[in-house]
Amino acid sequence: MKARLALSLATASLWHRRKVLALVCLTLTLSVTLLLGIQYLRTEVKHSFTSTISDTDLIIGARSGQLNLLLYTVFHIGDATNNIRWSTFQELEKDKRMDWLIPISLGDSYKGFRVIGTDRRFGEYFRFGRGQPLKLAHGQWFDGIFDVVLGAGVAGTLNHTINEQIILSHGGGRTSFSNHKDTPFTVTGILEATGTPVDQAVYISLQGMEAIHVGWESGVAIPGRTLTPERAQGRDFTPSAITAIFAGLERKILTFRVQRDLNQYTGEPLSAVLPGVALSELWRLMSQFERALLGITGFVVVTSLIGLIAVLLTLQAQRAHEIAILRATGASPGLIASLYILECVALAVIACLISVLLGALGISVLGPWLLTNYGIQVPLRPLNPGEWALLASVPLAALLVALLPAFSAWRQSRLQGFGSPGDS
Amino acid sequence: MNNPSEPRANSSQGAPAALEVESLSFRWGSDQPALVFPDVSLPRGEHLFLHGPSGTGKSTFLSLLAGMLPPATGTIRLLGTGIRQLSACKRDRFRADHIGVIFQQFNLVPYLTAEANVILPCRLSSIRKAAAEPTPVLAARRLLTALAIPESQWQRKVTQLSIGQQQRIAAARALIGAPEIILADEPTSALDSDNRDRFIDLLLTMAEERHTSVLFVSHDRALARHFHHQIALGQVPA
Repeated sequence: MKARLALSLATASLWHRRKVLALVCLTLTLSVTLLLGIQYLRTEVKHSFTSTISDTDLIIGARSGQLNLLLYTVFHIGDATNNIRWSTFQELEKDKRMDWLIPISLGDSYKGFRVIGTDRRFGEYFRFGRGQPLKLAHGQWFDGIFDVVLGAGVAGTLNHTINEQIILSHGGGRTSFSNHKDTPFTVTGILEATGTPVDQAVYISLQGMEAIHVGWESGVAIPGRTLTPERAQGRDFTPSAITAIFAGLERKILTFRVQRDLNQYTGEPLSAVLPGVALSELWRLMSQFERALLGITGFVVVTSLIGLIAVLLTLQAQRAHEIAILRATGASPGLIASLYILECVALAVIACLISVLLGALGISVLGPWLLTNYGIQVPLRPLNPGEWALLASVPLAALLVALLPAFSAWRQSRLQGFGSPGDS
Repeated sequence: MNNPSEPRANSSQGAPAALEVESLSFRWGSDQPALVFPDVSLPRGEHLFLHGPSGTGKSTFLSLLAGMLPPATGTIRLLGTGIRQLSACKRDRFRADHIGVIFQQFNLVPYLTAEANVILPCRLSSIRKAAAEPTPVLAARRLLTALAIPESQWQRKVTQLSIGQQQRIAAARALIGAPEIILADEPTSALDSDNRDRFIDLLLTMAEERHTSVLFVSHDRALARHFHHQIALGQVPA
């Protein structure tokens, strides 16, 4: 019965002071939204990051460290230390344990975006996220030697459409001085956005990759020896080497054995890495930063809770009469203190509710925009236990800080005389 | 100032007196002079008027009676119960169960409606709730009607009402659930003389219906004629 009285008094009191408290509540809401949003993004970015590539059991490249291999094959950062012979690829194709292989050939760029030489198997077997396949938003996969498929990010940034002609550059870098200007490529397809580095690359066939380098054996174009589209027809452009291989295994349980076999491959020095393991290792490098960010947000919440307490303590002066009345009518100091705690916790709960709604609204509005503009995939999903715990910690913290005005009200109301405070 | 009708100890009727005070004094601090209060004995159902100029400790006297301040010396018995012998918690409960209060001003919880303010004691005390017949809400409405608060005001925030109306609502709150004692601390000082007399008449009439003793404190001696007994504060009786 007392609990019900305290609840109804607290509700009425909050409603009575709604104009002042709405502002405090707004501050708290914004900071909780920030806290929850950062935690949510952290989880999503981590998820999006660790699922940059999925279903691929092994990434195979020339002998190097696993981070290096992961960085240049999946994230298009850095360069390969060496190539893999085409004969090695053909031999691996005969390996019964391999379900599928995707050849990857790197080295060129298009206006700062990587050019990836591969074949139709890339579109067929490459998976990202929760095993999602690549889809073409427009057009079709490359067919001819001088066909190119653009990642969504490339097409979006450079405003390219189907059937446009583009000139690839030799080597990496945004501004290259040596362009493959004799061999323009035609855009035949544009991929749907994936939120992964796939969006930030262009895809050509291995034959196309080979063809544009005819006459470039010395590293620069030798005039007269380079090809033109007309002269390329009918020639054989089987590559002599590729950069890396994405492999899917017939039986996942054999992954470690195949990895060991590849690392001890006798034909040439190879490295095989498990993408999941390499991705987690890479993520650990970045986790310091995101933890610092979460810490800062935690302080923002603490600051706004302190603001809330400041307001409650200020309001306490105005509440002296009310406390005198309640005390004289027989309310215990405990009841008075519980009013403060209830009001503070109620405000925190309201702030949490609004910030969940605000967050959901923000994600559903900004999610597609983030994906198309920044390639970050942030889908709307139910909160995970960690996020619930973080959210629940806000009312709990409010409960703790409310003890301060509650105790002060409790003490003041114990010394409360009859009638107006301080009136003898 | 003499006390023409000093209330007598009233043990002959069997029931304990509403109020018995003996050799009561109070100090605000160890360096402050002691306030010494006269002995009082008030039979159940009778009304007492206390008057004295400001600074004579009228409100302090009521605080002591209500058990909200500890006296320096002396005993206080309300309805036969020694108020200082109770624990703090029991004192709060006793106050909720047996005492109605009316202040000089700012009598009402600002965020509750008139009706909710009147019902408040019934929510703090099951005894008052049981005594508010047939239900606290209906009892509150009867009191508000009897005290001439228009029905349109019952659900309004009390801050929108006039001072006179607020004081009458406070009286209704003090009367609900028929407590044995009402402590009133200059409840009429903000009212004009017509309103003042009407307020006191209503309060005392309704208190008598409920067999409730009213202890009324004021600096205005003209009000003494409404009461059975009167005592002056600020003088130590011999």
